[in-house]
Amino acid sequence: MKNNRPKSTSPVVHLPKCPTGIQGLDEITGGGLPRGRPTLVCGGAGCGKTLLAVEFLVRGAVQFGEPGVFMAFEETEAELKANVASLGFDLAGLVQRKKIVIDYVHIERSEVQESGEYDLEGLFVRLNHAIDSTGAKRVVLDTLEALFASLPNEAILRAELRRLFRWLKDKGVTAVITAERGRDQLTRHGLEEYVSDCVILLEHRVYDQIATRNLRVVKYRGALHGTNEFPFLIGDEGISVLPITSLGLNHKISSERIATGIPRLDAMLGGRGFFRGSSILLTGTPGTGKTIVAANFAQAACRRGERTLFFSFEESPNQIIRNMHSIGLRLEPLVKRGLLRFHAARPSLYGLEMHLATMFKEIVTFQPDVVVMDPITSLMDAGTASECRAMVTRLVDYLKAGQVTSLFTSLTQGGHALQQSEASMSSLMDAWLLLQDYEGNGERNRVLYVLKARGMAHSNQIREFLISDHGIDVVDAYIGASGVLTGSARAAQAALEKAAVLASQQEAAQLKREVERKRAALERQISGLRSDYETEAMELRRIAEQVGTRTFVLGTERAASGILRQADAKVAVGTRGKPGHGRRN
Amino acid sequence: MKTKTVRRRASDSHRRPAKLWQLRLYVTGQTTKSQTAFSNLKKICESHLKGRYRITVIDLVKQPQLAKGDQILAIPTVVRKLPKPVRTIIGNLSDTAHLLVGLDLRPAD
Repeated sequence: MKNNRPKSTSPVVHLPKCPTGIQGLDEITGGGLPRGRPTLVCGGAGCGKTLLAVEFLVRGAVQFGEPGVFMAFEETEAELKANVASLGFDLAGLVQRKKIVIDYVHIERSEVQESGEYDLEGLFVRLNHAIDSTGAKRVVLDTLEALFASLPNEAILRAELRRLFRWLKDKGVTAVITAERGRDQLTRHGLEEYVSDCVILLEHRVYDQIATRNLRVVKYRGALHGTNEFPFLIGDEGISVLPITSLGLNHKISSERIATGIPRLDAMLGGRGFFRGSSILLTGTPGTGKTIVAANFAQAACRRGERTLFFSFEESPNQIIRNMHSIGLRLEPLVKRGLLRFHAARPSLYGLEMHLATMFKEIVTFQPDVVVMDPITSLMDAGTASECRAMVTRLVDYLKAGQVTSLFTSLTQGGHALQQSEASMSSLMDAWLLLQDYEGNGERNRVLYVLKARGMAHSNQIREFLISDHGIDVVDAYIGASGVLTGSARAAQAALEKAAVLASQQEAAQLKREVERKRAALERQISGLRSDYETEAMELRRIAEQVGTRTFVLGTERAASGILRQADAKVAVGTRGKPGHGRRN
Repeated sequence: MKTKTVRRRASDSHRRPAKLWQLRLYVTGQTTKSQTAFSNLKKICESHLKGRYRITVIDLVKQPQLAKGDQILAIPTVVRKLPKPVRTIIGNLSDTAHLLVGLDLRPAD
């Protein structure tokens, strides 16, 4: 018997618990319902009381080997079997194998005449007989309050009910009693005054045309329990109460990085992309390319051989495949290889908690490495903002626990203001990319920047990204004195800059030429002067030569005449020759 | 407990022929309540249906499985199996007027 183990390891003796086997409920109640005591399940019409009770019995019989008795005051045996068969409970089979006894108790008030005193010993006898015939450990009374409608004497009824609950406790069976929700008390007929060990309240709330089921443990004598309201849902495997995952913040953390499929974007994220297992928010106004970025991310993951689950709340899978094909992203082969899986559902198809459960189920069956949700804001339509936030929290928690990288796209409605819901959602996210439109020059251009990326040095730069036939191309946006320029403005600016550069280049060349010219002129001048000088020098040399020659000739003549006149000193020829020559000139 | 008698009032309210009345009294053991009920029922039958009624006492302590058939909850319960339609009276039958209404017997005039 694995059902008797208390959850805690502390030496204090804990109330023995009776596990329900219902997903999530045992977590909330810390192990199940109080064993051997009655539990009251109350709620309005159609909130799942009967189902919870049936599941308690069926799971008890199937999973925990505890036979059960179902006392039905409202539905017949056949109706019950048919109703729960759709949820995969083989009630008929269990009845056949004597694991469960269904006893339909019905009294038509109009057919019953009261005469004198009576008690409900008949009910006790039937119950006792049913319990003993199967050795039942679990009993369900659904809905005991129907008795109030069938039996006229309330005083007797109340006394008998008190006795019944006492009797059930003495019998040692774990009982679930369902009751209709009253207007200002938990049950219409105040059954809670008899059943005080554990009270579970179910609610079915409709908000903005979307119904959400909630479960709350109002009271659990002698045990800790989650007091919050937990959304629950009725899926095709019965009830599951959310959260399915732990409520703590103790995920395993990976420092592995995964590429986004857009190299420039990786570069913006510290060069290596996102962390594995991180949650990424991608916000943007309509038409900024959220789905494309998401598809790129998905494709990159698939190319690494990772399984990717793509939840689409706006487009059908085929539409996404077609659209992505137009920009050169071929998703179809990936789908065929089973690496990429689409799950498309309209947000308004069912309530938020149902979406969550479906997603959980998909995730559990597909075991993805990467999950893309496009867009998460669509789910806002399926519930209130706070519910949606709670849902995303749960989803993020769940994915993180499984080291699944998640990308959520989020639609911002126009303008540049970030929506409140996103701001509150962003705190759950590890990374936040913002896609925006820049309008001007009669065109819209897309820009992208990394608003936050926990744990990595990320770029603070705005980048323009272009969507072309071959995918996304991230380019530097022009940032200058006149602000951020994108698209044709960026191109114009670039051309302008190019022209300016050309002009300055030309100017520089011209200046260079001028210098060259001046130098050439100067050189020409210099060479002119030099040639002048040379001519002059040559002339002077010629004159000097002529003078020398003449002096020599004069000296020779004078010597000759001295000789002729018989001059005395030979010296006089050298020293007095010239002045004599000058004077004579 | 079985008595068969001739018909008394040929033209009863529903042109009921003098048929045998089948009554079942469900009890749990020999309690005062059940004994009171039996004696009360017997008294009424004797005065109104003398000779054409049959009372079957079923002790649910001995035969609990029989409780399901007639949808017995309250004890004691009298079920009029015949004539149709089936009628049910609960209680120790001390309230004769209600018992007569329940059995669809006119009070003896």
